[in-house]
Amino acid sequence: MTVPPNRPRTGLAERIGAARAEGRSALIAYLPVGYPDVPTSIEAMVAAVEGGADVVEIGVPYSDPGMDGPTIQEAVDVAVRAGTGMADVLAAVAAVADAGAVPVVMSYWNPIERYGVERFATDLAAAGGAGAITPDLIPDEAGEWISASDAAGLDRVFLVAPSSTDTRLAATVQACRGFVYAASTMGVTGTRATVGDTAQVLVDRTRGVGSDVPVCVGLGVSDGDQAAEVAAFADGVIVGSAYVRQLLDGHGAEGVRRLSEDLAAGVRRR
Amino acid sequence: MTTTAPVPPPDASLLRPRPEWPDATGHFGRFGGRFVPEALIAALDDLTEAYEAMRVDPVFLAEFERLHRDYTGRPSPITEVPRFAEHCGGARVLLKREDLNHTGSHKINNVLGQALLTQRIGKKRVIAETGAGQHGVATATAAALLGLECVVYMGEEDTRRQALNVARMRLLGAEVVPVTTGSRTLKDAINEAFRDWVTNVGTTNYVFGTVAGPHPFPAMVRDFQRVIGDEARAQVLQREGRLPDAVLACVGGGSNAIGIFTAFVPDADVRLVGLEAGGDGVETGRHASSITGGEPGVLHGARSYLLQDANGQTVESHSISAGLDYPGVGPEHSYLNDIGRAEYRPVTDSQAMEAFALLCRTEGIIPAIESAHALAGAVELGRELGPDALLLVNLSGRGDKDVETASAWFGLGRDTAPTDGDERAVEAGRGGDPGAPLGDAGTTTVQDGDAL
Repeated sequence: MTVPPNRPRTGLAERIGAARAEGRSALIAYLPVGYPDVPTSIEAMVAAVEGGADVVEIGVPYSDPGMDGPTIQEAVDVAVRAGTGMADVLAAVAAVADAGAVPVVMSYWNPIERYGVERFATDLAAAGGAGAITPDLIPDEAGEWISASDAAGLDRVFLVAPSSTDTRLAATVQACRGFVYAASTMGVTGTRATVGDTAQVLVDRTRGVGSDVPVCVGLGVSDGDQAAEVAAFADGVIVGSAYVRQLLDGHGAEGVRRLSEDLAAGVRRR
Repeated sequence: MTTTAPVPPPDASLLRPRPEWPDATGHFGRFGGRFVPEALIAALDDLTEAYEAMRVDPVFLAEFERLHRDYTGRPSPITEVPRFAEHCGGARVLLKREDLNHTGSHKINNVLGQALLTQRIGKKRVIAETGAGQHGVATATAAALLGLECVVYMGEEDTRRQALNVARMRLLGAEVVPVTTGSRTLKDAINEAFRDWVTNVGTTNYVFGTVAGPHPFPAMVRDFQRVIGDEARAQVLQREGRLPDAVLACVGGGSNAIGIFTAFVPDADVRLVGLEAGGDGVETGRHASSITGGEPGVLHGARSYLLQDANGQTVESHSISAGLDYPGVGPEHSYLNDIGRAEYRPVTDSQAMEAFALLCRTEGIIPAIESAHALAGAVELGRELGPDALLLVNLSGRGDKDVETASAWFGLGRDTAPTDGDERAVEAGRGGDPGAPLGDAGTTTVQDGDAL
């Protein structure tokens, strides 16, 4: 596909800051490209935006998603087998930008390395993407990505975890631009009955580093009540498996929109 | 056939000078490193620190050596195989007999080290991935010995073709979890083990089976396996008064190969030859030759050569050998390849099975199909180098676990129904046809499949 060059771009921190100015947290929706097929996955992303998502994490399907639980694995497996590639991802980025949310790509490292790190940065920026979240790339290994994202003016989001030492927290926050992804529970993605207070402790520790980069919480949120719980202490609430579950259960874009509405109300609850 | 007298245990293999790689952060040139979720970094750091302290601790070293000697049966002997060597262009062939270790392969060397490390860091539960089942059996064994809870992840496909090893693990008290995601083989078992680890890292140590994965595994597993080459180098020098011309080993993830190569890396005149699983042939795309037929990328926590498509998706590997059926390879092998210190060649299923049969019938040794790839390499290299050559082959495991696959391949035991695990052998091999008698040295070739 050809991507129209130089779409206007909004940064992640800017959008999350705008939500904060409204006295609420931002809603960040994850959906993988290519499940159940590319056009339907893009429709679902647009529906997530229409339902109230501020940011869409656009998932790059990967054959070995070591950090994902069974829900996301099941969906991306279909997308991988169908040959979903970076061109499809860039089309989704453009569609999400056009729908008025901030698109950020979420990818394990190998698909980006294979595509070419500089080429990825250039093409992502041209498609209107804010940047990328890289769950298996730590700042220590990210030299090439840091240079390329700087050159293209892209955000880069690394993860912090409850097990991160204070030293690593500081270094990771320093390397982030856009937001810091607080992987709140030790484990893989998936919905959980309770979010737990490890999330708040991690957010507080991350803020304690002394940076004003927003801190968003992922792993485990599935409904408006949990979103409200997390929104009380985090700058953004990241929801993934619950969105994917809507598609796996056949509720389609409409189910995604309804979930977004519930979650969007949750992040606004006072 | 002659067997050397045991040499004294090569004390303190772990204290010997290590290669100058990896660097402090686990990089072998452009390969290796750590490509894992942040949640695992603290555990990897703790493991690195505990291991570095342990490897120079005299109490640990004494215990490690005691287990090698009294439990595993080290040192493993060197066996010369002259009747086999008649098919290798007249070159002399020495086997390093890791197949004689307790549990039947080299895997126990590494597992004992990592199990002791688990005790040292105070964890009570170990997890492991396994392909052929040899590493799973070894881990279950060490867990039983040291009183650790043990969970082994194994691709569902592999649990069928290696049913015997599943039973062994269960007898040893381990829980075997069949993995039904992705290709249902070793790579998916590793994904599942990492998911377990990231969830239970507070209580659990991941006993990784090969020289792949994130730092410190490639370096640590190499250190635990280098006893193979340290012993073999001394044994060959003692009996021959010279070093071998070439050292050969099969390479899946590459732990037995690194184990026997490491001692010889400084010996510039000794060729180091890794034999990758060529499956139906690298040109068919159905193979597991990551270095010969792959490109650099990131998989399972490290950068190395791997089989991948244009989108960076891991491509399924193919090999008759479950233990080599892996689309990646340890980063040190990628580095040794790039600096030209080791060379890597593919061996097809047919070549490996022919060498398998040859060793059975000429020497009375049933090798693991994995190790048969190294034997096939010796047949080929021996013919290239001629009668003056001295080849050292790592016989990394024994073939008891492969009897069903081999029976299906060669059309033996036709009265019993083949198991699911034999499908590939039946499909690729002779199916129901019995083999012809073994030819003599003059007529046997590895290329045309006439050894049987």
